Parts: sequence; structure tokens; C-alpha cells
Amino acid sequence: MWFYEKKLQYPVRVSTCNPTLAKFLIEQYGGADGELAAALRYLNQRYTIPDKVIGLLTDIGTEEFAHLEMIATMVYKLTKDATPEQLKAAGLGDHYADHDKALFYHNAAGVPFTAAYIQAKGDPIADLYEDIAAEEKARATYQWIINMSDDPDLNDGLRFLREREIIHSQRFREAVEILKEEQGKKKIF
Amino acid sequence: MKQVPPEYYQIMEQLQAVDFVLVELSLYLDTHNDDLEAIKQFNHYAKERKRLKKMFESKFGPLQQFGNSYSAYPWNWDDSPWPWQV
Amino acid sequence: MNKFLRTYHPYVSPFDPCKPILEKTYSTPPNLFMGFQPPNLPQFSPQEALRAGTLWKAFYDPWFNPFEKPKRGETS
Repeated sequence: MWFYEKKLQYPVRVSTCNPTLAKFLIEQYGGADGELAAALRYLNQRYTIPDKVIGLLTDIGTEEFAHLEMIATMVYKLTKDATPEQLKAAGLGDHYADHDKALFYHNAAGVPFTAAYIQAKGDPIADLYEDIAAEEKARATYQWIINMSDDPDLNDGLRFLREREIIHSQRFREAVEILKEEQGKKKIF
Repeated sequence: MKQVPPEYYQIMEQLQAVDFVLVELSLYLDTHNDDLEAIKQFNHYAKERKRLKKMFESKFGPLQQFGNSYSAYPWNWDDSPWPWQV
Repeated sequence: MNKFLRTYHPYVSPFDPCKPILEKTYSTPPNLFMGFQPPNLPQFSPQEALRAGTLWKAFYDPWFNPFEKPKRGETS
């Protein structure tokens, strides 16, 4: 079971009404290496992974939903009071025609989210390496979005999210080490 | 037009900070389940988050529901603002 | 130079149409070097940790856009 808490993980701020940045950011909402894909990937893999790492997949998967809410908040704030003209100028005319300002699970190019983004091989090492790669790809995506954004408040929140990818990758790497251990042998630091 | 007072943001950020430590320690402990110092720190901040949650809720209403928070009368869980609105 | 960045120098052709970027950089974040995290690493305070995105100083590796304007209330 999951519980909702009426609180963001990080205090998200945005300094300007800038729908162009929202268009880029949606990559991390409904893109292949976005927060939705991450949450669903880990929470799905956990059913068929050794018990020693189920807790980690559950916790990281849960944190990814908090990140999804942060991205949604950023997109919401960047577009909230934008006029149709502004949306059109930002390249969001096609989005507006179909969705008005509703968020939609698609990537920056408008490709709808698909379950094909989520790998589950059932082999613990293959799945954890997939997860490590996913975290590094998400980290890189945040870098490219930060590089295109001149909004210091937005970048502050994006830096937080990028740093979380580094920590998640670290923990998945440790999970691999735990699975490599021979039974009864103590891990060495 | 009703807006939340500056105090909302201050107490919220205190709670976010403590909760963040708890998230970090949770992930760490998931791969380091015998680190006694980290577990002591975790329990310390778990207690601190209870205190902050109670203080926040007494001023701004429930943070969780399904029974994880008490309700005032009338039911105030669904009161605005929601986290993405503030 | 940030210790978690590496650089390389791509081949430059006289027929490259855009102005050549002589040095390219890429990120090699701290998780690549940590191995299994040892206990008792130095920590940030809770407030600093939230802002940094990590509790442990050894993992802090922020990414900045070189053209970013300073934040409200911050100098430089």
C-alpha cells in the first residue's frame, strides 16, 4: 500500500513563466529515462529479485514518484498562466490543440509514454545493470536540460534531482556487490 | 485571495530537510543493515519528524490521510493549497 | 577544474561547418569512485543536505549551466 503526503520532497520554485522549458522538462515526465519510467521499472522488478535488494528497489521506486511530482510541479508552474500565443511560440501549439494545459505522459518530442521503456529481464544482475544505466541516463538528461535553462530557481530543483540520480546509482552498484557476495561471507569495505 | 503565510514555507522546509535525511538514511541502510550509528541517527530523526509533523498539522492541516493524521471538523484533508500550488 | 569532469579533444577537420569546440567535457560522478560506501562519512546538516541533494559530502557534485543567472538574493 502507498500513502500520499501533502508535501513535495524539495521546495520547487520557478522564476519565470517559460513554456519552452516546460516542453523540454516533459522529457523527465513521460520520457524513456524519466521519473515515471524509473518508478515503474523498480517497483515492477522487485517481485523477481533476491530478497536482499527488494527493500532498496521499493524505496528508490517510491522516491521516484516524489520526483515525478516535482517535475509535474515545475511544468505546471512554467505554463500555468501562459497564453495560447505564448504556448504556440514555445512550440507547444500541438500540445495545446490536444491537451490544453493538461500534463501528458510523453517525451519532449511528443512521443507518448510506452511500457517498452521499462526493462525487466528477471535476471538480477541484468536488471540492476539496467537500473544503473537508467540512473546515469537520467543524470545526463538533467545536465542537458540545465544547460538549456537560464532559470536559476528551476535549475536549483533540477540540480537536486540530478544529485539524486548519483545516489540511486551508488545504491544500485552496492546492490550488485551484495548479490556478488558468497553466502556466509562478510562484505569488506 | 487566500495565501499561505511565510511560516508555512519555513516549517515545511524544516520538515523537508528532516525527511530528506530519513530518505537518505533509508537507502543507505537498505545496503548497510548493520551500521549501528546510522540506525541511531535514523531513529533520532524519525522522532524529530513526528514532532515537526504535529507542529505543521496543528497550523496547516493534515499532511497524510487514510488515518495517518487526525481530522479537524469539517473534514480538511482536501483543503487547498496542494503542494504544486504553493 | 571540477574533479568530477573529464575532457577530450575531438578531431578538427578544415571542412567542419560549425566553429570547432576544441575541448569537450563529460561528467564522471562520485559514485564511479566510491565502491561500497564506508561507514561514518562526513555529512551535511539536514538543511544543507536537502539543498545539496545528498547527506554525504563525498557525493556532492552539482551541475551548473555556464550561462545561468545568479539566484534571487545571491551574489555572483
